[in-house]
Amino acid sequence: MPNGLSFNRLSERPGGTVTICFEGQPVTAQDGDTVAAALLAAGYAVTRTTPVHGVPRGPFCMMGVCFDCLLEIDGRANRQGCMVRVTEGLQVRRMAGARSASIGEADA
Amino acid sequence: MPERTDLVVIGAGPAGMAAAACAAQRDLRVLLIDEQPAAGGQIYRGLDYTDRVKLEVLGPDYPRGRELLDGLAQPGIRCLPESTVWQVTREREVFISRNGEADVVVADRIVLATGAMERAMPFPGWTRAGVMNAGAGQILLKGSALIPDDNAVLAGSGPLLYLLAWQYLQAGVKVGAILETTPRSNLIQAMVHLPGALRANAYLRKGIGLLRAIRRSRVPHFRGVTALRALGSAQVESVAFESGGNAHALPCSILLLHQGVVPNVQITRSLGLEHDWAPLPRCWHPRVSAWGETAIEGIYVAGDGGGIGGAEVAAQQGRLAALHAAQHLGAISVQECESQARPVRRHLAYHLAVRSFLDTLYSPAREYLCPSNETIICRCEEVTAGSVREYVRLGCLGPNQTKAFGRPGMGPCQGRLCGLTVSEVIAGARGVSPAEVGYYRVRPPIKPITLGELATLPLPDEQQLEAQDIG
Repeated sequence: MPNGLSFNRLSERPGGTVTICFEGQPVTAQDGDTVAAALLAAGYAVTRTTPVHGVPRGPFCMMGVCFDCLLEIDGRANRQGCMVRVTEGLQVRRMAGARSASIGEADA
Repeated sequence: MPERTDLVVIGAGPAGMAAAACAAQRDLRVLLIDEQPAAGGQIYRGLDYTDRVKLEVLGPDYPRGRELLDGLAQPGIRCLPESTVWQVTREREVFISRNGEADVVVADRIVLATGAMERAMPFPGWTRAGVMNAGAGQILLKGSALIPDDNAVLAGSGPLLYLLAWQYLQAGVKVGAILETTPRSNLIQAMVHLPGALRANAYLRKGIGLLRAIRRSRVPHFRGVTALRALGSAQVESVAFESGGNAHALPCSILLLHQGVVPNVQITRSLGLEHDWAPLPRCWHPRVSAWGETAIEGIYVAGDGGGIGGAEVAAQQGRLAALHAAQHLGAISVQECESQARPVRRHLAYHLAVRSFLDTLYSPAREYLCPSNETIICRCEEVTAGSVREYVRLGCLGPNQTKAFGRPGMGPCQGRLCGLTVSEVIAGARGVSPAEVGYYRVRPPIKPITLGELATLPLPDEQQLEAQDIG
């Protein structure tokens, strides 16, 4: 569920829209958006919970400095949502708390 | 064998773009690396795609970056977008991660043009979702044409705060309030530097214009704001503060913070270079020559990464570094280098004239440099200022010790965001200058890289390995 954060589009790119999937829900983004921008535009303020205290966080710097917008993108954990462009069908999930170690993931 | 090139420029903002163009014009082979999909840096971000609305909202300075972007269309420049540099060595090897694969380039000369980042502005609640840097607001505007709903609150101090407020007003956003944390005494101290600043009065005129427009808009503007708090549950719902002796609270779902920008020193620090503490803008500057060259021969710093000067200064510094590199590689003579540098230095002096005034006027309030005990200062590891003060009481003298005690600076951002605050808090607790306390020891990889990516790195030539074995 989007949680009431409100950004509006001033104008739209002629390039058209892209649909990504966030926590199983379709999110319409503009071509050229980063994943973090697309989620903020769709009203999702919270994009992860922290590893230490499990508290909610959202994008903060939008320029790759703070690592607060870490997301699981197409099965790969801990990616900076503000540094990844949206592409059609991208699967995005929140990072919940600390990541557990597992073997044989799609990282490589 | 790894790829070799004359010049690697890291960062495609004003400094990097100007350096690349200047070097390529003098027949150097240039590789320009940037994390973003298009050149421009943060200031000219999204300039590759603009429309009328965006240009009107962003104001007259934004399209000025076009000239720098156009300068990149030269056969000698190869651009490497969406590429992350995770290590630079003293031997001038640059390690890159791109599309999930690692690579290395060896350069005769390197210009580090990694720019600035916003100074952290910690206070209770600043970690809540919906609280963001003002720069993030601007990035959303430039990159995705996103503007906040009405009632967004802007808090802090410095020119970018006014610029963003002005841009939002142009876009028709009803800004909820501007909460100015600049100490009132700054203005008096800054007046000493006013005559110098008047030499570059275009900056002052621009600032006054922004302030007038904000005043005309009747956006509530609170001055001397202290005791700032972001309140809410999962995300920010209101902001509480004191101003003029009264307590206030305003509803907001978006709170944008700014208290100046500081050099991004991750690469210069990771190279083990000397950095000097600048007491006025309260940040570290890598030590460089008049050409921007560091103590490592052939590695230069240009632009805000060497000290905040703004886009014009950055471009001139990029040109100086490129000229010196070109001269060293034999593309131009010493005399040509000197004569071509002369007009560049003149521009540089003009644009730097305003800095002392601005740095003094917008020097951050102590409260947000050295926050209260309950405030989280390391966002990654969720360490409070109080914990760091406790580690000092236990005997820690500097940030590398507090890091070992309680992990501040050990999370994924590698201390980028908390570095200055941790040094300030330790210095405050010890009653010394941050110069004495020092900074984090930054080690490569300076951006996280997976083992999978690392494994794609081309191995050194087998014959070379054999030769080393024999040697």
